[in-house]
Amino acid sequence: MTTVSSRPIERGAPRVQSIGPVAWSRKHLFNSWFNSILTIVLGLTLGAALFNLLSWAFIQANWSVVADNFGNFMSGLYPPESYWRIWSVLGIIMGLSGLTWGLLARNQPQLFSRNVLIGLGAIALFFILWPLTRPHTPYLIGVLVLLAVAAAAGQAIGRKAPGSTKWILAAWLVSYFVDLYLLGGGPFFGRGTLSPSLFYSIIVMLGGGIVAGWQLSQRISIPQIPTWISKIVLFLVGFIVVYQVLWRLPYALGLDVGLKNVSTNSWGGLTLTLLLAISGIALCFPAGVLLALGRRSKLPIVQAFSVAYIELIRGVPLISILFMGQVLIPLFLPEGVRPDRVVRAIIGLTIFSAAYLAENVRAGLQAVPLGQSEAAQSLGLNKPLTTALIVLPQALKTAIPAIVGQFISLFQDTTLLGIVGLVELLGISQNLLASPTYLGDYKEGYVFIAAIYWVFCYAMSYGSRRIESALNTDLR
Amino acid sequence: MANTSSKPAFSLRALLRDERFWQIAFQVILVIVVAAVFSYLFGNLNRNMSRSGIQFGFSFFKNPASFAIGEDLLSYSAQDSYTKAIQTGIVNSLRLVAASVITATIVGVAAGVASFSDNWLLQKISRVYVGLVRNVPLLLQLFFWYFAVFLAAPRKENQIVFPSPNSPWLVISNNNVNTVGPGLPDEVWVGMMLLALSMLLFGLLWRSLTAFREGRFAAGLAGWFSRIGNAVMIAFVLLANYYLLFSNSAEDRLFFKGALIALFTNAAGLWIVALAVMTAVGITLWRLRTKAMLERGQEGKVYLAGLIAIALLAVVIVLLAFDWTVPTLVEGGGATGGLEMSVRYAAALTGLTFYTGAFIAEIVRAGIQSVSRGQWEAARSVGLSNGKAMQLVVFPQSLRVIIPPLNSEFANLAKNSSLAFAVGYPDLYAVANTTFNQTGRPIEVFLVMMATYLSLNLLISLNMNQLNNAVQFKER
Repeated sequence: MTTVSSRPIERGAPRVQSIGPVAWSRKHLFNSWFNSILTIVLGLTLGAALFNLLSWAFIQANWSVVADNFGNFMSGLYPPESYWRIWSVLGIIMGLSGLTWGLLARNQPQLFSRNVLIGLGAIALFFILWPLTRPHTPYLIGVLVLLAVAAAAGQAIGRKAPGSTKWILAAWLVSYFVDLYLLGGGPFFGRGTLSPSLFYSIIVMLGGGIVAGWQLSQRISIPQIPTWISKIVLFLVGFIVVYQVLWRLPYALGLDVGLKNVSTNSWGGLTLTLLLAISGIALCFPAGVLLALGRRSKLPIVQAFSVAYIELIRGVPLISILFMGQVLIPLFLPEGVRPDRVVRAIIGLTIFSAAYLAENVRAGLQAVPLGQSEAAQSLGLNKPLTTALIVLPQALKTAIPAIVGQFISLFQDTTLLGIVGLVELLGISQNLLASPTYLGDYKEGYVFIAAIYWVFCYAMSYGSRRIESALNTDLR
Repeated sequence: MANTSSKPAFSLRALLRDERFWQIAFQVILVIVVAAVFSYLFGNLNRNMSRSGIQFGFSFFKNPASFAIGEDLLSYSAQDSYTKAIQTGIVNSLRLVAASVITATIVGVAAGVASFSDNWLLQKISRVYVGLVRNVPLLLQLFFWYFAVFLAAPRKENQIVFPSPNSPWLVISNNNVNTVGPGLPDEVWVGMMLLALSMLLFGLLWRSLTAFREGRFAAGLAGWFSRIGNAVMIAFVLLANYYLLFSNSAEDRLFFKGALIALFTNAAGLWIVALAVMTAVGITLWRLRTKAMLERGQEGKVYLAGLIAIALLAVVIVLLAFDWTVPTLVEGGGATGGLEMSVRYAAALTGLTFYTGAFIAEIVRAGIQSVSRGQWEAARSVGLSNGKAMQLVVFPQSLRVIIPPLNSEFANLAKNSSLAFAVGYPDLYAVANTTFNQTGRPIEVFLVMMATYLSLNLLISLNMNQLNNAVQFKER
């Protein structure tokens, strides 16, 4: 039996049919009578809705609530004469981001690919064209240029000194306290009863003390005493001496440096939202990882504590935890100790998000095959090292989408602080929209801040997808 | 770890190298630290409370609340006690959660399935909806629906009447939303919710009873803990169900009529009981039919006929016995009758529905994607249409991936419902907040609130776990 074909058999890949718009819409929009009706109905509804939306946005809407209060939306009641401090914070963040980007991408042949340039250009163009940001164009463009320059510099540094990447985390940590000081101001050194700024006390005093103690214990050895005792003693001596000197010296010298104090009551708008979100993320991540490890631990008490914490927190609404943070935290502390309400808010957000993050990380931990830790142990790694070097990196890689999802919802959850009295982005909008000047301009205000939230959340999820595909080495 | 058995002499060095020693030591330290922190916190609390002359206790809940609650189903008045106020809040929360679970599931499943439609337009609309709604905070969306949509509706003098004043199926003013619906008395609505709640509780009872009947307990102490836990659960469920079903509003602790009492004393309620019985009979018939088809190879036509008869009867009852009414317009604005919602409830319901719906849509989409392509192709090759393939082959299989995340989404919905207080809906959180503000007793109010949300969440997640077990692969 042979089949005879008059046509010669084609070889190679099937031909790609190029279909015109008519054929395309036939296939995708009008392939059955039901779909045709659906398309027509949806198309008409969508068209009408779009028309209404556009005519509202460009003709009916009264955007003055946004135009008059752009500064308030961005930074709340922050005194305008101190806006330069917010600009410097933005500059620091963008500069560091540029450096980080350059350092991480040091092995890429071309830092500014066509897409990156187009993206940067589009952002710059948006800043120039949009009437609200036009007055600040020089600053904004300057910040963008700073980003690009820092990225180029970072790449150059990274190529010369590949070890510099390990300082990135430290740089971000230091910059966080610098930013906090820039925002809050107050005396830089402690004077009399005034406590020194967070930056000075944590980074300089604490950090300096620890470094000094560490160096002392490494360099000097005292004979006749067991080494570990001598190390601890030396560390303590170095730490206490340097700490005390750093604490008292500026006061003794009569140094009086400081920015004007801006109380947290005047922090607000997008600045406060970002501060809350970033602090919450930075704090809840380690807490969540520890809780997840605790929940997976074989030690019964550690496991019981972790499970109890996670399940308790996951069972109650965030608003009740924030309420607890605002009302109950002062009750649980000694008389007169009353943390700042921004701090209380961050504590509440962290307590809440850590529990959810722990569950995401736990899912990642469960996805790591047991063989990995067995292999690590057979190489001679102990339990903590196995977890830190083998299991956790793989678990976190798997859990990236879920973790970023949790960060996004933490970012969105900062809005709840608007109803416990902080004037973050939503809170300040509520205040502005309640004023009689903008009576009934709710839509304009909400659409504006919804767009801001959307941009940030979308950027985060886009970033997570990029990281995920960059780290996804399994499918290559 | 043979080092300890071979060397009976005590050696510090050996002890320090023994992993078990460190495990125990670590846990002991942890317990001490946690106990210290707790004793410090509660010591402070004790001092703070005794200084302000407050004794911990719940007796103040009996005092008259003397604040008004905007909408309630328990005929609450300002002279009633805090207990009744809290229960009114709980019923209000339940009412919101129950309705939005249903609507959000419908919206979410529809949007999730639509993203697989072969209609390009529908597919894109579903994607845009999800991408837009998920990236904007819920609280902002609730504010938008309340302030910018429902409060911006015309006053009741020139309310929106749809489709025409002669047949006002939907009446919207900035005060109320009336639509065609069953005109049941408040008692019956509450009774229905309580009935649903007690059904969920019976789900737990079933779980514990099965555990005892099959006797699958771990050996040793853990098994006994589990036995005690299950016994306590059974006792608790029976007690709670007694109150839910037979409580009499004459008592001074519970202010709702038990479900069965409420339903048996109302004409419409009797029909609801009939419907519940019919549902039970229907499920039994369905199981018998499946059994007959699988085990005896019968076609099961008798059962099918019975099922159809029950379904028809149910439709007739729903249509005729529930007093479906069209709103009647009141002279000079406003409307009465039909299904009446305040704008606050409507805003909360809409916001929660669309927000949760977007998340459910993503869950459904992921679930459908997890069904292998071969299933689609096989279904198409036996001649099923696209829609039928989805309905009969793909969707049922995707359920086992969908249900676990859906579980946590419903739990999130229950927790998120607490945000409804921000748009003025008097849910549990709102009532608790007012109670706290009036009495200055944050601890007790917070405990009550937390216990309620925790048990609601527990109820949801345990029942969804049951459902999850039912749809998993039955592997032999």
